[in-house]
Amino acid sequence: MSFIRTGIDRSGGSGLALPAAIRREGSRLVRAGFIPLVDASVLIVAAEFGFAAREGIELSLVKDVSWANIRDRLAFRQFDVAHMLAPMPVASALGLGSNPSPVIAPFSLGRGGNAITLSVQLYRRMRAKAGLTGHESALLNAKALKLVIEDMREKGESLPVLGMTYPFSSHNYELRYWLAAAGIHPDHDVKLVVVPPPMTSDALSAGAIDGFCVGAPWNMVAVERGVGRIVAVKEDIWPSSPEKVIGTRPEWAEQNPETLSRLIVALDRAAAWCDTPDNRSELAHALAEQRYIDAPVEIVHRVLLGKFTTDPDGTERTVPEYFSFHRDSANFPWVSQAQWIFSQMVRWGQTTYAPAIAAHAGSAFRPDLYRNALGSRSDIPQDDMRIEGGAMDDGFIDGAIFDAQDIPAYLQRFDIQTSRGLGSA
Amino acid sequence: MKTALSIMIFDENRIRASIIEEGLREAGHDQVVVLHDIVGLARQIELTSPDVIVIDIETPNRDMLEHLFQLTRSVRKPIAMFVDRSDTSSIEAAVEAGVSAYVVDGLKKERVKPILDMAVSRFKAFSRLQQELADARSALEERKIIERAKGILMKSRKLSEDEAYALLRQTAMNEKKKLADIAQSIVMAAAILGS
Repeated sequence: MSFIRTGIDRSGGSGLALPAAIRREGSRLVRAGFIPLVDASVLIVAAEFGFAAREGIELSLVKDVSWANIRDRLAFRQFDVAHMLAPMPVASALGLGSNPSPVIAPFSLGRGGNAITLSVQLYRRMRAKAGLTGHESALLNAKALKLVIEDMREKGESLPVLGMTYPFSSHNYELRYWLAAAGIHPDHDVKLVVVPPPMTSDALSAGAIDGFCVGAPWNMVAVERGVGRIVAVKEDIWPSSPEKVIGTRPEWAEQNPETLSRLIVALDRAAAWCDTPDNRSELAHALAEQRYIDAPVEIVHRVLLGKFTTDPDGTERTVPEYFSFHRDSANFPWVSQAQWIFSQMVRWGQTTYAPAIAAHAGSAFRPDLYRNALGSRSDIPQDDMRIEGGAMDDGFIDGAIFDAQDIPAYLQRFDIQTSRGLGSA
Repeated sequence: MKTALSIMIFDENRIRASIIEEGLREAGHDQVVVLHDIVGLARQIELTSPDVIVIDIETPNRDMLEHLFQLTRSVRKPIAMFVDRSDTSSIEAAVEAGVSAYVVDGLKKERVKPILDMAVSRFKAFSRLQQELADARSALEERKIIERAKGILMKSRKLSEDEAYALLRQTAMNEKKKLADIAQSIVMAAAILGS
């Protein structure tokens, strides 16, 4: 696909850039892979605005095109660290996927950024069927979708095809969570497929898919192109839901403890910078550049501010915390969140539950390394685990509460899940 | 006796795919399927159940393949490879060439390695060709720029074509620069000065 170009270094034969090949003695070169998405901001800012250099780190960013490439190039030592989907280290720990080699996550890249977009045709049908006004909650939108799916079934039409980004992604689990909260079975009532984020609005406009769940800025891009209608954002499903992390190989972390600590400090400063409202315009300009996201700066800026246009008619919605890069311990790798990810893998048949497996899944997130680098600061949580979804402004869309101490009890409350052994991803 | 390996090539670049296919057939592999489009890929994988899938790593559609593998509950679990997991330089060569592969777990390395090595070398040969083409194109561009600079000099300095070219060449020599660079500066200066 020619429209995703990796323009950083074309000296190699392929369009994919090669990271700096030689590690100089004593220098602290860190090679980092990333996918062009707004949630790579902290990593990009650390390199672009001198936060890494200030810690004595030469952060060499390499743009890539697929999560599978990111995983493999980290595993095969082409990268030292990488921008990853939070479920990827958990999947690796459990030996899931086609190249599971150990990955740990010592730093979370913040919250937010995802949304669910449906085609304007599908939304129009939901509107007619359920009498939507355009200002309904994410849950009511999902319930309207359920009515339309029932109608489609009765009329013998083919069921909606929805895109997400990767089998082990927050998008997969959020989309499934949203559907299931309204009684839609993600395995039986819709068809889930993988669509690379930059292709989502093309796929939607060509009718290849009827909706998708991806990160910013691609939802807004689909709305701007007049083909999509945003029906839910991540905050509607679960505000704290883990998104992207910095992943690294355990052996690299062990061999380079000082470099990793410095990198975490640099990322922490960069994250604070990203969260400062005055910096958002400058951030948008940097991200929009071709070597990073390569999207219109105006859209990236509005996404960062959480100022959405949800449909092609110009309906506005503001989500003030659409991106939290730093505040409220957004970078803390909660072990309870790794275990929530594990619970979703069990719910959707990607793995089975056993207490030992749950503990192993949790060990992919490394708050100890995070604390090690940043010391005892008042905003750094003292516990590795917490009850997820319990806080007033941090609930799940269906009101569930996740206690990592009792995953089987948590899973029992869900009527909709993939039956074990028959599952799909 | 070993059964023949079934090989699938997934590459949106048709020319490159056919170069690899040819190489595989020359090496005696006759069970080769070539796919250019993600549409129908799932069905093809189901039908041919390949032992090896050679894939262009520049395609973001790799993630879709990962999803397909996750969906199939088959024992023949494919694993991702860059030629040889233990050999850093061969991994680098594969990434640089832009090729990766999925190989059915349990397949002997000796059987797969020649296939992957061949894919890497053909991917490389293909990008060399592309580079040559790009060079040829830029040579053509350079000639065009030089022609324009000559025209500007002829007009503004009232020179003949030969004199204009000699002046360009002399300036390039004096400045220790490429002829095309001098020509480029002249064209740019003329555009700015509006002459």
